[in-house]
Amino acid sequence: MCVVPAQILNQVTLINIKDITVKYGENIVLDKVSLDVAPGEIVTIVGPNGSGKTSLVKTIIGALEYYSGSLIIKNNLRIGYIPQRLNIDNTLPMTVQRFLNLTHRLTKDECLKALSAAGASGLLKAQMSNLSGGQFQRVLLARALQGDPEILILDEATQSLDQAGSADFYKQVESVRDKKGCAVLMISHELHVVMSASDKVICLNGHVCCSGAPEAVAIMPEYHDLFGTGTDGTLALYRHNHDHRHDDPVRSAEVSD
Amino acid sequence: MLPDFLIRATIAGLGVALIAAPLGCFVVWRRMAYFGEATAHAALLGIALSLALELPIFGGTLLAALLMAYTVSQLSGRGLASDTLLGVSAHAGLAVGLVVASFLSGVRIDLMAYLFGDILAVSISDLYTIWIGVIFVLLLIYWRWSPMLVSTLNEELAYSNGINPKKEKLILTIALAVTVAVSIKVVGLLLISALLIIPAAAARNTSSTPETMVIITALVGIISAISGLQFSYFFNTPPGPSIVCVSITFFLLLSSKNIWKFR
Repeated sequence: MCVVPAQILNQVTLINIKDITVKYGENIVLDKVSLDVAPGEIVTIVGPNGSGKTSLVKTIIGALEYYSGSLIIKNNLRIGYIPQRLNIDNTLPMTVQRFLNLTHRLTKDECLKALSAAGASGLLKAQMSNLSGGQFQRVLLARALQGDPEILILDEATQSLDQAGSADFYKQVESVRDKKGCAVLMISHELHVVMSASDKVICLNGHVCCSGAPEAVAIMPEYHDLFGTGTDGTLALYRHNHDHRHDDPVRSAEVSD
Repeated sequence: MLPDFLIRATIAGLGVALIAAPLGCFVVWRRMAYFGEATAHAALLGIALSLALELPIFGGTLLAALLMAYTVSQLSGRGLASDTLLGVSAHAGLAVGLVVASFLSGVRIDLMAYLFGDILAVSISDLYTIWIGVIFVLLLIYWRWSPMLVSTLNEELAYSNGINPKKEKLILTIALAVTVAVSIKVVGLLLISALLIIPAAAARNTSSTPETMVIITALVGIISAISGLQFSYFFNTPPGPSIVCVSITFFLLLSSKNIWKFR
């Protein structure tokens, strides 16, 4: 049904970006960036503020035009997108149920199921504007999972959450990936997330500084140039966080490596 | 038995209330209140020019409203804050329109009718024009409802679902221009914004979804049109402002609990 573009011969990739350059006026925000996302893969993009992370995601979903390079997206790729910020204007009434129905028609039962799968049961009739930060993100995740997406794209989806909340949220994302087998492309500057869940990490700072498996990237000098030696502190914080939650020994162990 | 002119006025008022409902909701949700104003004021320039060039007034109004709406939506986000830009455009349309109108010696131009509406003088052919516009706008909104709503909520969310928010914005702009053009006869260009915003604002607090808000907005608009016209007939008040006054009453009644919480 889905025709794979002829350019991809060896491997069925969902997203194939080669040497893409994006400009705002004369300002180059992305300089020859390349990136692949294969089915089921978790790819994380990290980088400081203004490094072009959001521009890259916007280019992928088609919200931003690119100046040169090539961007090949699998035909009719089903994207579940969770934006960085979603301000629902106070004047726009929106129940959780209606929000879940925004792009896919769902029955009430399907809505209930989607909410409980995302860990947000009991919110069906709530107004979106009355949800807490954590509830809101879970509803966003529940909506993004409708229509059986092949890839989830998360643009700093946990910005408004605290450490524990975002750890929970990413665990939810991971379990969804394990259950549904969809790929995940996420932007984060929470380094502990990078170190644990990803298959591949891209360090971005206008261009790709370094990329590869998280364990490999963590010891690359480019990575330390970008984030400083403070990464040790972040890891300590991460361990500290989980010391108090006692709920994910596997991940803590990976980090200790 | 009501006089014919009042029946025609009511039919015209109903049509305008029907399209003002979905458009007014979008105007409120997207914070485009001033945008509606600018489009409406540009219509005066359109009226003046079509009188000067002896073109059909409806066409001239529509064209001017479309041009203004398109220009403003293209210019927004390029330097000037958009409320400043819209403020400039709205008053430019009004002032230039009034000046051009004053040059039209020999042509009798009833400014009051255009500024405040002349619903009691609606003719059968006006009714046809209004209702063709109404049906066009309703079909357009019905067809594009879901993508327009997603685009209003979040542009990136729209893109990720294969919706082009720029296209939806353009369609909304066209619908707004048509609404302005058909509403001038009913409430006049100074009060078109009121017709768009007030019923939608009144409906906000009693609605739980976008769709119920549009339906309640339409009900408020329809009741306002009918009772405003009756009021105007019996107390000899200007009809357009009377309609707006009724909808303001609705707004006050429906949001009395929340009015101090309005942000």
